[in-house]
Amino acid sequence: MPEKKKPVKGRDYDSLSGADAVAFGMRQINPDVVAAFPITPQTEIMERFSQFYADGEVDSEMILVESEHSAMSAVVGAAAAGARAMTATAANGLALMWEIVYIAASTRLPIVMNVVNRALSGPINIHCDHSDSMGCRDSGWIQIYSENGQEAYENTIFAVKLGEHPKVRLPVMVCQDGFITSHSVEAVNFIHDSKVKKFVGEHKADFSLLDVDKPITLGPLDLFDYYFEHKRQQIEGMENARKAFLEVAKEFEKICGRKLEYFEKYKADDADYLIVVMSSTAGTAKEAVDKLRKEGKKVGLIKPRLFRPFPYEEIAKALEGKKAVAVMDRSDSFGAQGGPIFLEISTALFNSSKKPKLFSYIFGLGGRDTPMEDIEKVFNELMAGKLKQINYLGVR
Amino acid sequence: MAKKDKKEHLAVCKTLGTWKSIKPAGITEPGTASELRTGDWRSQRPIHIPEKCIHCLQCFIYCPDCSIRAENDKFKEFDYYHCKGCGVCAAICPVQAIKMVDEGKAREEEKKKNA
Repeated sequence: MPEKKKPVKGRDYDSLSGADAVAFGMRQINPDVVAAFPITPQTEIMERFSQFYADGEVDSEMILVESEHSAMSAVVGAAAAGARAMTATAANGLALMWEIVYIAASTRLPIVMNVVNRALSGPINIHCDHSDSMGCRDSGWIQIYSENGQEAYENTIFAVKLGEHPKVRLPVMVCQDGFITSHSVEAVNFIHDSKVKKFVGEHKADFSLLDVDKPITLGPLDLFDYYFEHKRQQIEGMENARKAFLEVAKEFEKICGRKLEYFEKYKADDADYLIVVMSSTAGTAKEAVDKLRKEGKKVGLIKPRLFRPFPYEEIAKALEGKKAVAVMDRSDSFGAQGGPIFLEISTALFNSSKKPKLFSYIFGLGGRDTPMEDIEKVFNELMAGKLKQINYLGVR
Repeated sequence: MAKKDKKEHLAVCKTLGTWKSIKPAGITEPGTASELRTGDWRSQRPIHIPEKCIHCLQCFIYCPDCSIRAENDKFKEFDYYHCKGCGVCAAICPVQAIKMVDEGKAREEEKKKNA
């Protein structure tokens, strides 16, 4: 096997896969503890990071665990000890973590985890859809979705500061599309090591199990007398993440030069017809928008970046007054009236007097390719106005 | 809920604090499970019969909650703060020196005695 190209330190760009870009970001963050367990298509992140570790380029403590349940448990333990802890997973690995995923959020531990989106079994499949991370959208984690390797890299560094924000203190999931993003090589612009180091700074945890001068009890039985209050605090932390996102984005812009927003608007302001879609498909959709714009059609795109907490007000504002909007979901909520993003957007627009016609598209399950023609088809169907409430794109 | 009980309940609630005042994530002072009263789950209460006891201390060995106190190699007392009333001590006793009685009745009798 040919040796993989290693990013050169100090250089400001390189051609890297999404997984490598994230690992490069992790090297710059230099977390205290990283727990690793392989699962396709996440493995490449930890493979590359362990190379940095073996080469002595990070000071991290690396824990090679025996399952994802242990990986999440290890980072929970590390974060409770006051460490900055990271891990990564995908699909069934995330499913195995489930129990501890909730505990990480409710214990208010700002862990950062990269999720390389992959379809959940069964039938077993290793390719991209969002059923894994969408499944734990109620787990109390902040969720950020990345369109490409560049965004995955930026979001990973950004997530450290967002989760550790004193008013938030919640774990963050940074998602990128399995294979499509994680294994595609593209040019990635890097932020200089020293800038990242300064941006993430030193993690000052609220409490530490290792602080013998201030001993605490963590994770005691919490019944009807306190559980509700602790959940209420957690809700507040998640609500605070909205404002914190903008604060951290301002700081991040200074080192990155790019502005991170709740969602990206692409030729959306003067558009009559919009598609809302997350992650890599947004890249394809931009091409489709460009093509149709050349034909004189007023179409545009909204690409949510922050999914939890969901930017209800802002997205509603961006969609109000449009003629029709197709919300594309790469996962389904079985038995619900449309995919997860569609449900959020319907809620966001429920009280609006200027709501557009709204349609749900389920697409790309199990890595089913969604080429530009499919996106054009969605726009054409939107413009023709003969649509069912829920549509399935590209299914036979 | 009876009116009096409700009043008491609300008074207790006031002392517990609100979501704004309590520490996050259930973090509390350091301590161990020994502080947790588990004796109030008990529906059966073990009673020691001194005249039958031969101080073999099998009850001490078998008690799953360390709720038998011994002193100078002799049975001393039950730790009712932690004893959950499982009855293992009574079952293992070779001379039937421990009997299990109804906890509710035992408490009522105690109340009468103290009144």
